[in-house]
Order: sequence, then structure tokens, then C-alpha cells
Amino acid sequence: MPFAPQLFSAALRLTRNRTDAEDLVQEALLRAYRGYGGFEEGTNLRAWLYRILTNTFINSYRARQRRPQETEMADTDDLYLYRRVNTVDQAALSAEDTLFTLFTDDEVKQALEDLPENFRLPVLLADVEGFSYQEIADMLEIPIGTVMSRLHRGRKRMQQALADFAADRGLLARDVPVPSSATESTDG
Amino acid sequence: MADCRETIRDLETFLDGELTPEMHEAINGHLAECLDCLGAVEFHHGLREIIREKCRNDEIPADFVARLESCLNEDFDGDGQIG
Repeated sequence: MPFAPQLFSAALRLTRNRTDAEDLVQEALLRAYRGYGGFEEGTNLRAWLYRILTNTFINSYRARQRRPQETEMADTDDLYLYRRVNTVDQAALSAEDTLFTLFTDDEVKQALEDLPENFRLPVLLADVEGFSYQEIADMLEIPIGTVMSRLHRGRKRMQQALADFAADRGLLARDVPVPSSATESTDG
Repeated sequence: MADCRETIRDLETFLDGELTPEMHEAINGHLAECLDCLGAVEFHHGLREIIREKCRNDEIPADFVARLESCLNEDFDGDGQIG
């Protein structure tokens, strides 16, 4: 099963603990082996497995992990994190070096796992697993427009969480007034 | 060619590879000329890379692989035995 390690990582992000992640992967693979959902030759095996994994999660695990409905996040600038990171002196650092220095593995995992589930599933499937809008829409049985808006909001929320982690470690200044950009403040 | 406003508006869809070929090209054309927008695109591209890398690097426990093998009766790790 070449996909088991990937499925296990994804299951950890969804269930947020090892025991549930193992149970989720095992249950999803059992369903896959039993032909649940009917895999068709020539279609994408990986997408089919993730569909089973996410459906199993939604049906079996969500109920007992339900959190109180979270309040809507204030609407932030689309380039929020980018502008905050740009306040750091990053001479001689490439964008990627800067990001690697700013955020630890655990912080990035945490930022994803802290997302409300409606946002976490699309962000996991798109940004970590690389599925297309259409594949995600099929897996979650929601319209493509909903996939796009949840991705947008989930990504923004994740960026805010990352900025907060970096501020906690003193790497980013807190409460930096975010300069409004010329491209967005003027109507064009 | 796209302008700054359109480029930032479509930045996510551009990085997702989900724009029409015409829009994708229009943004590529803008990025060739606008360092500000190129910086923003590169930052978000880098951010995607680290999210992808850091969120899928968990080690699958060996005892769990052994349990999966027993459960599904398959030799996943190719060690010649089930479990």
C-alpha cells in the first residue's frame, strides 16, 4: 500500500491524534479493500482513496470531535502574512529560507489542525495533497465555488495563525500596523 | 496583460493552476514586468511548499503498518511476511 504513509499524515491532520488517525486509516483501507464506492479501472486510485478517507472521517469521527461553531474571522487583507513578513529584515534570505526559519514543522501542522473542519478539509486536500478544485468538490460533495471560498478563508485563517506563532517567538513584531497597499486601497 | 489588482485578486487561483490558460498567461505577462506582484506570488508559492512539506512528513509507526498488514492480509512493507 504505497499510499499508507500519506494517508496516515492526512488522518493525523484530520483527527489530531495518533490513535484516531490509525483507526481512520485502517477503516478507510478496509472499506477500499472491500470495494466500497466501487473503484473503476483507469480512474485516479489516489483520489479514490482520499475520497474514502474523507468520507470515513466525516461520517465516523466528526460527530465526536465536534467543536462549538467558531465565530467568523474578521476580514483581513489577502496579503496579510506577506506584508507582516516583509516588515522583517530579510536581507540575503530567499522567500523560502525566510519561511523555513519563521515557522517550525509543529507550528505549520498546528495552524492547519486548528482550522475549523469546513476549512481544514479543503486546505488539506488542496495545499497538502495537491488535488484539483473538481476532485475536492467530488470528494466533499460540495460545489466548486464553495471549495474556492472555503480554501480562501481557510488559507487566510492559517496565515493569521502562523503570524501569531511567529510573533509568539518574537520573530515578527506584534500588532504591526498593516500598510494598505496601493494596489488595493485605490479603486482601479 | 493583467494589472496588479487582477494579479493579487487571482493569486490563489493562479497558484492552484485553476485559471483559464488565457488568464494564466495574462498574469505571467504581468509578473514578468512587476517585481511587487512577483514578490507576492513567490512568497505564497514558498508558503505552499513549506505547508505541503511540513504537513505530510509524519512517520507511519511500524507497529501500525504491521497491524494493517494483518488486518488486510497484505505484505505492505515488502519484508516477506504479514504483520
